[in-house]
Amino acid sequence: MTVLTLTGLILVIALLGYAMGVARSRSALQAGSVLHSRPQYSGAFVAFLFALPAVCLMLAWVAIDEGIIRSLTIASLPSDVTEGIDRRQAGALIREVFQVISGRTFGEPEPYMRDAAAYYVEAQGWSRTLMYVSCLALGALCAGWGFSRIAPEFRARNKVEAIVSGLLVLASCIAILTTVGIIGALVFESWAFFTLVPVNEFLFGLNWEPQIPIREDQIAGAGAFGAVPVFWGTIFIALISMMVALPIGLFSAIYLAEFASPRVRTIVKPVLEILAGIPTIVYGFFAVLTVAPALRRYGEMVGLDVAANSALAAGGVMGIMIIPFISSLSDDAITAVPRSLRDASLAMGATRAETVSRVLLPAALPGIVGGVLLAVSRAIGETMIVVMAAGLIARLTLNPFEGVTTVTVQIVTLLIGDSSFDNPKTLAAFGLGLVLFISTLGLNVFALNIVKKYRERYD
Amino acid sequence: MTDTTRPPASGWADEANRSNIGLKRRHARSRRLQGFGIGAIALAILMLGTLLWTMVSTGYSAFVQTHLSVEVTLSPEEIDAQSPGDANYRDIMQRAWLSSFDNVTEENEGDLLSMLSRGAELQLRNLVIDDPSLIGQTIQMEVPAADDLDQVEKGFVSRATPEEYRIVNDRQIEIFYELKQDGRVSTPFNTALFTEADSRFPELAGLKGALIGSFFALLVCFVLSFPIGIAAAIYLEEFAPKNRWTDLIEVNINNLAAVPSIVFGLLGLAVFIGFLGFPRSIPLVGGMVLALMTLPTIIISTRAALKAVPPSVREAALGVGASKLQTVLHHVLPLALPGIMTGTIIGMAQALGETAPLLLIGMNAFITAAPDSMMSPSTALPTQIYIWADSPERGFTARTSAAIMVLLGFMIIMNGIAIYLRKRLETRW
Repeated sequence: MTVLTLTGLILVIALLGYAMGVARSRSALQAGSVLHSRPQYSGAFVAFLFALPAVCLMLAWVAIDEGIIRSLTIASLPSDVTEGIDRRQAGALIREVFQVISGRTFGEPEPYMRDAAAYYVEAQGWSRTLMYVSCLALGALCAGWGFSRIAPEFRARNKVEAIVSGLLVLASCIAILTTVGIIGALVFESWAFFTLVPVNEFLFGLNWEPQIPIREDQIAGAGAFGAVPVFWGTIFIALISMMVALPIGLFSAIYLAEFASPRVRTIVKPVLEILAGIPTIVYGFFAVLTVAPALRRYGEMVGLDVAANSALAAGGVMGIMIIPFISSLSDDAITAVPRSLRDASLAMGATRAETVSRVLLPAALPGIVGGVLLAVSRAIGETMIVVMAAGLIARLTLNPFEGVTTVTVQIVTLLIGDSSFDNPKTLAAFGLGLVLFISTLGLNVFALNIVKKYRERYD
Repeated sequence: MTDTTRPPASGWADEANRSNIGLKRRHARSRRLQGFGIGAIALAILMLGTLLWTMVSTGYSAFVQTHLSVEVTLSPEEIDAQSPGDANYRDIMQRAWLSSFDNVTEENEGDLLSMLSRGAELQLRNLVIDDPSLIGQTIQMEVPAADDLDQVEKGFVSRATPEEYRIVNDRQIEIFYELKQDGRVSTPFNTALFTEADSRFPELAGLKGALIGSFFALLVCFVLSFPIGIAAAIYLEEFAPKNRWTDLIEVNINNLAAVPSIVFGLLGLAVFIGFLGFPRSIPLVGGMVLALMTLPTIIISTRAALKAVPPSVREAALGVGASKLQTVLHHVLPLALPGIMTGTIIGMAQALGETAPLLLIGMNAFITAAPDSMMSPSTALPTQIYIWADSPERGFTARTSAAIMVLLGFMIIMNGIAIYLRKRLETRW
């Protein structure tokens, strides 16, 4: 909350600086001099000079102050408590301090813990005050310098434009920063995981039982992190979904591109797009509420034992979600085939079906394959449908009526309700996340390349 | 007659006849392909229809709630006017409820009491605290019935089911129908669905906390992603030199748009919560994660909108002496704004329905109070749906569908605005 107040304060003062800059520039105008830039630019110059340094300092402060306060708090504890502790134990101590601060303690806390809590609260207060003072002071200093430079011949517009251009570049770097952040976070936490569980065991092991004991007295499995059954489940469900989506999507695309009248096209295309716009949690609930029980009933009718969380239900519903991806990307690919090819085929006496199957589809194939690969990557990364409809137990099975689990399901179940980053159970989620990120990224890059290459061929 | 029409025994006509038979087959194949196409589209639309129908047919009943009328005597001995919050409202409510029956025995007391919702005593308490002058009077109240009874009223409990498989027993159903005959049962609109936060009891659970949480998260998402997205798009479309660095940014943005949403959740968990030390479950962190996800959408649609502005506009502005930045900010950007708004609203609608990243940063906690700031723990609309979908009580199934209807309603409104903007404001050049 302090950050928001400070941001508001900075904005208000920056506006004030704008007004002062404009006024100073105007007074020079009234005195009869010829200005290089209009007064607004002088005002904007002062405002930017105040706000930018202040905001940067504030963000930097917020990013590092918590860590410093925590390590200072640890250092303030008596040396016999902190003697030779590692990162994990330090984290536990800090959690204890937080409990003392919020008053949720069981029994009387140690007196040194009480002191540490008081120390933490005090340090945080000091840090906040210092942050306010230093941010505003830095801003005022810079703005004062800027204000003093305002003169009739001062090239304020050029300066302001340079600042704005810099901000534009900075904004476009946020995307890079996000990618760096994703890769950094995944690799860093996965690294910690692979020091606990060997990479080989993770990538090629056949046994996945991540329910390890959190406390020593807890009864749980020994914990096994062989992710092959999880990978298989992901691929299996993606395959089932493609078996639903591919024929429906492809046939609709062919119909829309080659047979449908423009009117039908303008109505049906958006209707199919609705399927892609519905949030996946809705599909998940649909799978649990309607599809899974229906499959179970049909299964019973023909004497099959269908699990409540069968791969078929999850994959089937995911297939419905993916139909529009396949249909619109294939539609684009088919309509992108030049008119001349189509006309030539029809002029030779081929029927429409023959034109589609012998000329258009082969010509559009790379685009269609690209679209299918994009859809597969979508299916692999899809989370909510499988979290709600697929199973939790990792099985290596070819039976679509049994439950399997997927990478995304495991990530969610491993991380829900657990916040410490120090046991293999939570870290395993990041290992799975890394595999997921790399595989979807690979599929996307590959698919986009195919689509791009194909487009160039006819342009 | 037959002689003239019969084809000659050999030559071109025979050939033509053979190809005629083939032609029929070939046309049949063409029609078959067309049929498959129509069938596929019909199947897809049928599935969409089934999905929407399932939600509406299971969810509509959650928009009304069964209420029972009770006469409560608020005696000054039991409720101290100085501190009305301290009285035992549970006891008062239960006695008031039981006193309206004349054949209360040891064994049916439990049946009777379990017909009332726990919300009844809370409602009474709030009523008295708001208006202490009621103490000493006898008032008529409409209090929510327990979920089990609500299901009976809505016709989801069949008496044909054996008693031991039902949550309500025969006696309770008997009493309920008697009450109904006396006119003591009403089914008003379920305002609690919008004015209450989450609860363990379906009849008291509402979406208020989730709606406010989603609002805060979307606000943060908009405040961050809208300016940054536009700025990045302006740079890439109007200023960036064509070199490897800008190529890298471009490829990067396209790929970010296709990264699974759960990976953004992992990023939020590791960086915002683990590294920067933000608390879990707060809309601020949720909004920041959603902003990172929405950014590529906004950048891509803004670039398309900027590209659609004809170069003549830029050349004219540059020609009368505007600087490059003035050209873009004063002339190109305003013309592209409708397109940008359309893309932004569509991006926001996507962000509203996004669940997985919010699950990872803990916005699926059980929180019974609506958040009062961006820093207080809360749920969001999709995560609330997830929580309710996981709850075993029958009443939560209907509420989940109702929440989905609310979510879809918001998305339809947002997309409708986007389509309207595109149709009305976008200039065709």
